[in-house]
Amino acid sequence: MATTQSSDSPAASSKISDDSVWVLGTHMTRFARYPDKDVVDLAAEAALAALDDGNITIHDIDVLAAGSLFNAATSIGQRIQKQIGQTGIPVFNVANACATGATALRTVHLAIKAGEADIGLAVGVEQMGKMGLLGGAANKKEKQVFEPSGRYGAVTGIDGYIGTEGMPGVFAQAGMAYANEHDGVAFEQFARVAYKNHLHSTLNPLAQYQKKFSMEEIMNSPTMSYPNTLLMCCPTGDGAAAAILISGQRLKSMPTEVRKRAVKVSASVLTSDPYTESSQVQADVNTLTRNAANLAYETAGIGPADLDLVELHDCFATAELIHYDNLGLCEPGGAGEFIDSGAPFRDGTTPVNVSGGLISKGHPIGATGIANVYEITTHLRGEAQDRQIPDAKVGLAHVIGLGSACAIHVLERAAS
Amino acid sequence: MNPRAEISMATDKPTRIPIVDYLQLGSNPHLQANQCVNCGARFFDRRNACAQCGMREFTTVNVDNKATLKAFTIVHRAAPTISVPYVSAIVETSDGTTVRSNLLNCDPNPEKVQLGMKLELTTYPIGTDDEGTEAIAFGYQPA
Repeated sequence: MATTQSSDSPAASSKISDDSVWVLGTHMTRFARYPDKDVVDLAAEAALAALDDGNITIHDIDVLAAGSLFNAATSIGQRIQKQIGQTGIPVFNVANACATGATALRTVHLAIKAGEADIGLAVGVEQMGKMGLLGGAANKKEKQVFEPSGRYGAVTGIDGYIGTEGMPGVFAQAGMAYANEHDGVAFEQFARVAYKNHLHSTLNPLAQYQKKFSMEEIMNSPTMSYPNTLLMCCPTGDGAAAAILISGQRLKSMPTEVRKRAVKVSASVLTSDPYTESSQVQADVNTLTRNAANLAYETAGIGPADLDLVELHDCFATAELIHYDNLGLCEPGGAGEFIDSGAPFRDGTTPVNVSGGLISKGHPIGATGIANVYEITTHLRGEAQDRQIPDAKVGLAHVIGLGSACAIHVLERAAS
Repeated sequence: MNPRAEISMATDKPTRIPIVDYLQLGSNPHLQANQCVNCGARFFDRRNACAQCGMREFTTVNVDNKATLKAFTIVHRAAPTISVPYVSAIVETSDGTTVRSNLLNCDPNPEKVQLGMKLELTTYPIGTDDEGTEAIAFGYQPA
C-alpha cells in the first residue's frame, strides 16, 4: 500500500493533501448499439449522471475535456456543453487513438495539478455502430495507371500485400512475437484470456455482451487473424463514460458523504512509444506500457502486488496476455503460466478485467479509457454489486492507443 | 511513363514498377533503407531527423535478403481485393532490420508456419495497369 493511514485521525479531511487529485463522480452508459441516439446524447447522459454522482452541477466545473476519436475534429466538447450547460469554461477536444478517453482524463488531471482548475469533467464517447474490422482500410479500386504516392511511393494500398494493417492481425503479431520469445504461450493461452473475459462479463449489466462461451466455442469460432478468433476480438459499439476530478484542497470542503465516496488518483501517466528498431514497421505496444507502468507504480508508491484489480486494454486476447508481463503482473516471460494458473480470474490473485474487458464489455473507442476508471472506482467504493471484488483498495486502469499512446491511472480507496 | 518503372526495350515485355519505392528490382531484388549516419537506425521512409538519436544525416543502404521469422498472423478477414487466408509476417533480416511483409510459398496453417524459421526475400507480380506496367511486390519465403 502507498501509505499507512492512521485509523484514529480526527477528521477524514485531514488525510487529504491539498495537491492530491480525486475522482468525485463517475458514470458510464451501458456499451451497446444505440441507433436511436447520437453521440451527443450518449455523452450528455454520462456527463449529467457523473455530475449527479458527485453531487455537483455544471456550474462547479472549471474545465471540460471531451474525448472522441471520430468526433474530436467536430467540437464534440462544445456540442456536449450545448446539451448540459454552456458556462464558457475552457474545452479540450481530445483524440489519441484508443487512449482517447484516458487522455481526456489526463488533460483534466493536468489542469488541476497546474492549479488552473479545482474541478474538471472528462467525457469520453464514441458511436461506431457496426463499423466492422478496423485498421485494414479497404483498398481502393485498382488504379488504371500505377503511380507512386505517399511516403513509401506505393502504387496501391499495401494492406494485404506488405503484411496486415488490420487490428486483429497487428495485435496477433504482437502476441506471437511474445510467444516466439517465451515458453508456454500458444493458441490455448490466448483463448483462455477470452474465456475469462466473456465469463466475467456475465456479472456486468453494463457490458455489451454478457454471455459465457466454452474454450471450444472460442477456439472454434471463425478465425479473424490467427490466433485471434472472432470471440477473441473486441466488438465495435456505442457508449459514453464520464469522470469528474477534484483537487484535494477543494474536496476537503465537500460534504462528508460525498467525500467518503471519493477515490484518490494516485497516478495519472501518459506515454508515447519511444524509438525501438522493430517499431518502425510494427507498432510496439510493449515498451510504452512498461514505461507507463514503471512511472505509475513509482508515482503511486505501490507495486503490482498491491493491486486488487486491474482493467487493461484487451482489444484482442493476444494483447491482454502480453500486458500481464508489461504491467509486471506476472514473472518476466511468465504470462502463459499466469493465465493457466487462474491468477487473472476474478477469484484469482490479480483479477484482470472483471468488467468483461473490451472483448465482452465493448470498446466504443473514446469511452473506453474513462469506462475502465469508472469500473475501478466502482469497486473501490464497494458499489460493484454482483461483480464486486471484496475489499478492493487499489486498482489500475490501462489503455493503449495504436500509434502509440499508453495511459495508466492508479486509483486508491479513500481511508475511511 | 513513370520514372521508377523498369523500361524494357523489348516491345513484347511489360515494364515493371515496385509496389513501394524501398523495393529495388533488377537482377537481384532487395530492400533499400535510409540509414542514420550517426546511430545506424534504418527507416523505409524519409525522416527529417533520426527517430532514435535526432541527427539529420542519412545514407542509403541495401538490406540483406536473408531473414528470420519473428512473428506472424494468418489473416482470414481482409479487404475484398485481398485473397485470404494469407500469412502476414514480421521478420528480422540477417543484418538486424525488422521488416513487415507477407510470408510466401508456405501453407497458411499454424502447423506449417514456424516461428524462427529461416527465410529469404522474393518478389511476385500483383497486377498490371492499363499501360501494361506490372506492379511487383516482395515477400519472404522459406529459405
